[in-house]
Amino acid sequence: MSTVIKVENVSKLYRLGEVGTGSLAHDVNRWWHKIRGKEDPYLKIGQVNDRTKSISNSPTETLSTSTSAQEMDYMWALKDISFEVKQGEVLGIIGRNGAGKSTLLKILSRVTKQTTGRIKVKGRIASLLEVGTGFHPELTGRDNIFLNGAILGMRKTEIAAKFDEIVEFSGCARYIDTPVKRYSSGMYVRLAFAVAAHLESEILILDEILAVGDAEFQKKCLGKMKSVAGEGRTVLFVSHNMAAVRQLCERLLLVVNGEVKSTGDVDSTLLAYLSQEVATNQQWIRPLGSSPSAGEFSSISVELLGIQPEHELLLTCILKLETTNSVMIAFDVSDSNGTVLMQALPYSEPFIAGLGNHRVEVRIALPPLIPRAYEISAWMGTHNTETTDYIERCVRFEVIQSPNAKRSFPHTADHGWIAPRTLSCKITKP
Amino acid sequence: MIMEPETPWWDLHLQDIWHYRDLLWMFVRRDFVAVYKQTVLGPLWFFIQPLITTVVFTLVFTGIAKISTDGLPPMLFYLAGTTPWNYFANCFTKTSNTFVANAGIFGKVYFPRLVIPLSVVISNLIQFSIQFLLFIGFWTYYMAAGAKLSPNWPMIFTLTPPLLLLLALLGLGTGIVVSSLTTKYRDFTFLVAFGVQLAMYATPVIYPISQVPEKYRWLIQLNPMTAPIETFRAIFLGGEIPWLALGISTGTATIILLLGILIFNKVEQSFMDTV
Repeated sequence: MSTVIKVENVSKLYRLGEVGTGSLAHDVNRWWHKIRGKEDPYLKIGQVNDRTKSISNSPTETLSTSTSAQEMDYMWALKDISFEVKQGEVLGIIGRNGAGKSTLLKILSRVTKQTTGRIKVKGRIASLLEVGTGFHPELTGRDNIFLNGAILGMRKTEIAAKFDEIVEFSGCARYIDTPVKRYSSGMYVRLAFAVAAHLESEILILDEILAVGDAEFQKKCLGKMKSVAGEGRTVLFVSHNMAAVRQLCERLLLVVNGEVKSTGDVDSTLLAYLSQEVATNQQWIRPLGSSPSAGEFSSISVELLGIQPEHELLLTCILKLETTNSVMIAFDVSDSNGTVLMQALPYSEPFIAGLGNHRVEVRIALPPLIPRAYEISAWMGTHNTETTDYIERCVRFEVIQSPNAKRSFPHTADHGWIAPRTLSCKITKP
Repeated sequence: MIMEPETPWWDLHLQDIWHYRDLLWMFVRRDFVAVYKQTVLGPLWFFIQPLITTVVFTLVFTGIAKISTDGLPPMLFYLAGTTPWNYFANCFTKTSNTFVANAGIFGKVYFPRLVIPLSVVISNLIQFSIQFLLFIGFWTYYMAAGAKLSPNWPMIFTLTPPLLLLLALLGLGTGIVVSSLTTKYRDFTFLVAFGVQLAMYATPVIYPISQVPEKYRWLIQLNPMTAPIETFRAIFLGGEIPWLALGISTGTATIILLLGILIFNKVEQSFMDTV
């Protein structure tokens, strides 16, 4: 089979921080280098794409002589990415949030340009980084099908030829001449997906769009994608939904910190993904210069151990007591918006005593959680109503695996963060 | 297709726009349908705005400031200035925020970005037509009432369309230059709003060029908008058509537009990173 996409050493440099007068100075400097025929000075100093590192929590990096604040302003979102996609292949691209998957897709779909490297593509690429791009609420469903189709690169005649099919797939036939602002959100995404699903292009790029509509419609979408892949079209599919990836893809590309970590068959790459060190080793260290109180945390770190549904948290904290009263500690687990989901209380009465430093290791059994980032707040007190220290949302961990390996549709927070295990489910004749 | 980090500056891939011509019409249609949805007066607003502006101009500039209108009826004089000026100004302001206003769509899907400013220029023709009708209405009224007008009939029919095209090119050219600059430095957006207002006073919209002191007239004539406005008045109300100035203005417009397309083309490749 012939190669339809060939990506050669593609890198993408991003500038972090605000655009202000500093960026003007950089632009001038860059231009000055360019007219003298020299290399862009900022290409050399980019940092590896690892968003977990920042100046505040990686003290070793700021102390080393080679890293100045200026260099921290640039980051390689992608670094020397090379891979090939063959005709008719369904390639899944996986990786943690911020690993560079979306940047890669954006470059492939020509939304932005790579900094270095080249890409060869044979055939028309249609990309779906979002459903319903360009939908206008005042226009009718009919008008929006044509508008959205045209935005995605279809000619009017092509859309007209597929119009009935699109309407039928969406199940919105009755409302097709109603402005879409009167649609329910479900109908809206159905219509949007329907247009996208009927794109005629040799190469299709899909990003996480499975997460639309109700369970029934998601099944329909997945089925449609499968049949699209079966038609011999090439599909690039980015998703966090491991079950969908397993169902759809023939080959996977694992992106870690902007680099291709491994590529190959589905099972071995998935294993590499799941066993990679996730953003769990996060550590919080008390900033210097704060006045010591009766008792306080000096550092807190978290580690996620095991694989769902039997996973646990290992919390390690160093605390310093300046009082003879003994203290107790508690940890709140919240979602990334700060909604507290549960509290872990190792002992229900003060149990740490003695002046000076203490190292406390707490292991907590976690309930089955939906894939998402979670945050931990640490509390310390001499009594359940007397707080001596409270560090809000100081460390985070990320659950990447679904609590139910067989589940084929994504989890949404609408149904809660905890997915309890089913112990038994019997069917009997009454 | 090969995607390189940087394409040569002469590669404008204008054939892409041809491929996306259906999208261009779709955007025009969207603008047309969407603008006056849920307003009671609808397209009447297009009448009300220029009408009130003209009345105010007549009161202030003729009534109070007593600026000459070269013996022409003031209402007609101002309408003949504001109608073409508004078309240019609308094209300019609405294309000048192309990148910032459409960042959402641009960040999700590729299509030739130039389609958006082109569609804006076309859909603005609707507003222009309505204002033009208003002008023609007053014009007919004044002619019937026996005002001293000497319209240049052959030129009305031959020169109006190219004049409109010139206004569109000027609006589009300057608009896309500014839109390309605003992606990184938003400072320009502040300039646009009051810049357009100031530019109107640097153009003979509310005064005839004959009122400008001989010494400074060249300065006003440097403005590429001067010739089209003067020509518009000349063919409808009477007067000399400034052919030379019109030619220079066309040349300037072409240069600005080419420059605009070049910068626009350069910026569209990477603006998502800076917008």
